[in-house]
Amino acid sequence: MAEEHYLELSENPVQFEHASSVNNVFFDEANKQVFAVRSGGATGVVVKGPDDKSSVAFRMDDKGEVKCIKFSIGNKILAVQRTSKSVVFPDKRSLKLLKSQSINVNWYQYCPETAVILLSTTVQGNILQPFAFRNGTMSKMSKFEIELPVVPKPAKLSLSERDIAMATIYGQLYVMYLKHHSRTANSPSAEVVLYHLSREGSCKKSHVLKLNTTGKFALNIVDNLVVVHHQTRLCPEHPPAPVLLLHRPLVFPAGPAAVPSQPPVPCQLYSSSWSVFQPDIIISASEGYLWYLQVKLPPTVNLLQDKGKLMDFLLRRRECKMVILSVCSQSAYLTAGSLPVVATVFDKLNQVYKDYLEAEQSYTQAMESGPSRGSAAQKRPVRTQAVIDQSDMYTHVLSSFTERKGVSHKFIIAVLMEYIRSLNQFQITVQHYLYELVIKTLVQHNLFYMLHQFLQYHVLSDSKPLACLLLSLESTYPPAHQLSLDMLKVPNNRPETRCCSTRCLGRSSRETSDSGEAPPSTQVSTARSTWLTSSSCLGSRR
Amino acid sequence: MLMISPKMASGMQEKQYTPSLLSFFIYNPTFGPREGEEEKKILFYHPSDVEKNEKIRNVGLCEAIVQFTRTFCPTKPAKSLHTQKNRQFFFEPEENFWMVMVVRNPMIEKPNKDGKPPTVEYQEEEMLLPSCLLQCYSMYKLFNGTFSRAMQAGGVELLMQKLEKFFYRYLQTLHLQSCDLLDVFGGISFFPLDKMTYLKIQSFVNRVEESLSLIKYTAFLYNDQLIWSGLEQDDMRILYKYLTTSLFPRHSEPELAGRDSPMRPEVAGNLLHYGRFLTGPTNLKDPEAKFRFPKIFVSAEDGYEELHLIVYKVHSLVCFLIASVELTREFCEQLDSLVGPQLTLLASDICEQFTINRRISGPEKEPQFKFIYFNHMNLAEKSTIHMRKTASVCLTSVHPDLMKILGDINCDFARVDEDEEIIVKAMTDYWVVGKKSDQRELYVILNQKNANLIEVNEEVKRLCATQFNNIFFLD
Repeated sequence: MAEEHYLELSENPVQFEHASSVNNVFFDEANKQVFAVRSGGATGVVVKGPDDKSSVAFRMDDKGEVKCIKFSIGNKILAVQRTSKSVVFPDKRSLKLLKSQSINVNWYQYCPETAVILLSTTVQGNILQPFAFRNGTMSKMSKFEIELPVVPKPAKLSLSERDIAMATIYGQLYVMYLKHHSRTANSPSAEVVLYHLSREGSCKKSHVLKLNTTGKFALNIVDNLVVVHHQTRLCPEHPPAPVLLLHRPLVFPAGPAAVPSQPPVPCQLYSSSWSVFQPDIIISASEGYLWYLQVKLPPTVNLLQDKGKLMDFLLRRRECKMVILSVCSQSAYLTAGSLPVVATVFDKLNQVYKDYLEAEQSYTQAMESGPSRGSAAQKRPVRTQAVIDQSDMYTHVLSSFTERKGVSHKFIIAVLMEYIRSLNQFQITVQHYLYELVIKTLVQHNLFYMLHQFLQYHVLSDSKPLACLLLSLESTYPPAHQLSLDMLKVPNNRPETRCCSTRCLGRSSRETSDSGEAPPSTQVSTARSTWLTSSSCLGSRR
Repeated sequence: MLMISPKMASGMQEKQYTPSLLSFFIYNPTFGPREGEEEKKILFYHPSDVEKNEKIRNVGLCEAIVQFTRTFCPTKPAKSLHTQKNRQFFFEPEENFWMVMVVRNPMIEKPNKDGKPPTVEYQEEEMLLPSCLLQCYSMYKLFNGTFSRAMQAGGVELLMQKLEKFFYRYLQTLHLQSCDLLDVFGGISFFPLDKMTYLKIQSFVNRVEESLSLIKYTAFLYNDQLIWSGLEQDDMRILYKYLTTSLFPRHSEPELAGRDSPMRPEVAGNLLHYGRFLTGPTNLKDPEAKFRFPKIFVSAEDGYEELHLIVYKVHSLVCFLIASVELTREFCEQLDSLVGPQLTLLASDICEQFTINRRISGPEKEPQFKFIYFNHMNLAEKSTIHMRKTASVCLTSVHPDLMKILGDINCDFARVDEDEEIIVKAMTDYWVVGKKSDQRELYVILNQKNANLIEVNEEVKRLCATQFNNIFFLD
């Protein structure tokens, strides 16, 4: 049984000349560029970035050992640092001091995505002072304290740069702290403590991820998941970034050794020359590779038994659509005995679908009502993969499910009705092909009496295609004739009003409505003519 | 049954007698084909105190008539025999088994002057009783299975036992005088419900059936009206009749009784939900109490299956579940804990819908139109004429003569297959309109002074447009 791994290194890593006695390798986190500097630049500097199709190569004079080398955005300006106190720009440019701040700093970290710099201050180093760079200004954010597991006496630097990482998770900035020993006496294991830095500047501890083990760790963020690499056991544990509402994060047990896929050249996993960079970069300097860490979703479905939680997990991932659909149609999932689970899953999916539909609708309305009504121009809502609509569900899950052998037809109908119920609950208009599927399945199994009741109570909403389908069933089921004529009589140009209103008061069962509308009886003659034309849509009926 | 006529002629009263049951018997001619064996044909005879030879004579007469008429039409034997004083109805529910009902015609006893004995006038009118006979059989079949099944299980003796046990009680509940159009239809009244609540009920039913595999069919009623049936139509039809005319009234009387009445059932105070069993254990907390579930027979793919009827109730919401094997106390407890809470929630949802509906449609007042509607396809019936229907009482707000006219129209409709419309001017200002369109029948009674045909027609059209706007009636 091949072990399925759910994390892998990217297939085409950026290759560069590996570090050696003559070649120094530098990595710029902001632009994600790798600089291979040979002989201090004299024999060449090769710069490779993630998006660059071709590398940039140039030479510069060897004026001493290079400590740090970076490009500005667009590779316009080169900066080289050779001493601890000066930076050289080979091209002549003018520099202007914008702002200065005087603080005792132990170390710093910079997060390029959010343009926030974090400074470690005080002797112990655990008071962190963030600054935000916005629109050419530098603003001070409120400082916060990292709780140390042990307060050293006398005070000394207890928080090192290696224990802190900054990351953007679900659009929010977090400071992750790798706490090696938790304060509680009976659990010596390590934890990752997440501090949320909100845009307003306030910071508070938001989550604690328990690792249940000790050792050397490294952190990455992939697809909004916190990946903790654990060197001793060669298997990255994989606690996903929790939902912001949950305070107890989901922690996967140390799963089977997740082996990253083999790149063309075999290389040692977690070798000592591996460096981990935020958010999702792993570099092996000794071999000359830069990889992006990627999540493979299909194997993750086995990690969570609770399908509801699994859905929550999958709905937040980028490339989730096909995995979600395959979970839905997995035979282990859609077997008898799992109706409540089915219902929960449908509800979760339809919640996301509904949110998207509403966003689309408000965008369309805003566009139609004319631009610039004081509010900022709205962006068209992006349809993420997590939006599973009815055609997705029909094509990938439901239509094949209804054909499946060995499943009781009662269960098939029950699942279809659960989906329709869920759509109705979220006030989403049900597409007619779903109703057709229900009708076909009912007819296939001779459940005519059920069909009749569903139509009577408008569970299967009236529409012209449905009426035609019913007419075609007349030879198998004579009452279909009556039902289809009724359906054609009702003005079927507003099926939305039936499904979408939660308060269908009194307008329910056909035979028993107490309060009725009063369309004129000329409807009947229109209905008759519609009926005659619709019979042509079936070809020869008898 | 005696009814005093409001007509007073010269101070002395006329007495009207409604139809009454003279005799009822079941026979099978193949059981006693030879001379001297006639008695073996008779499987059941009511009244039982009639002399043996007379029984044989009556049965023989029916048999002869049926045989004789068969020569003229082999496929359709005689259905009834009308004589001056009584009427006999014949029905063959299963091959060679015949059920016969003999009913005395309605008559009027007119008092005579001069001390002469009163003259009796027999009335000719359509009677809606064949459907009654069919119902007798269906009800028997519901609780006992078919005749042939009894024969297979225990021969003639068993069959006779079963027939005796069942019909002896059942015939006492027959009220022929109140047999009217609704009895002919044997329809089901459906409860109006919005789509979302209906889907929730579906979801509930599916889950219950999934978790408790012993449950084969489920159905839902609210306030004596059907919401959902998992049973085939024919089975549901007779079961509905049984529930609404027998089971529910039996249980509602104690409920309606006052708080201190000894009739009030011991409600096993369950704080979690309001569910209780109407059949089966009335008090789950008492481990010693015996309980049983009635057995019923429903149609299955290969004949009939015998199932147990569980009727479970929360306020006005009744859910009945039909399970396939003998049920234990543990199962009942499991059912109670699973179904009770969810059903309580559903009941309050439905009740909310119901009260909103009532508020919108206005308080209970004299309905605008008096009509009876029936759809043969789904057995849906609706009547604004009948106010309360139980086994013993059937209150109609309409004069019996008008009901008779309805019956006549119905018989007319039954004779032909095509759609038709019949308008009758009855006494005083009453008009009766009957419309038949594609398996649906609508009967309207209008009371309008000096109305003419056109106006009546317009009124009926208006009724169709308002009350039945989403039903396609051919004009």
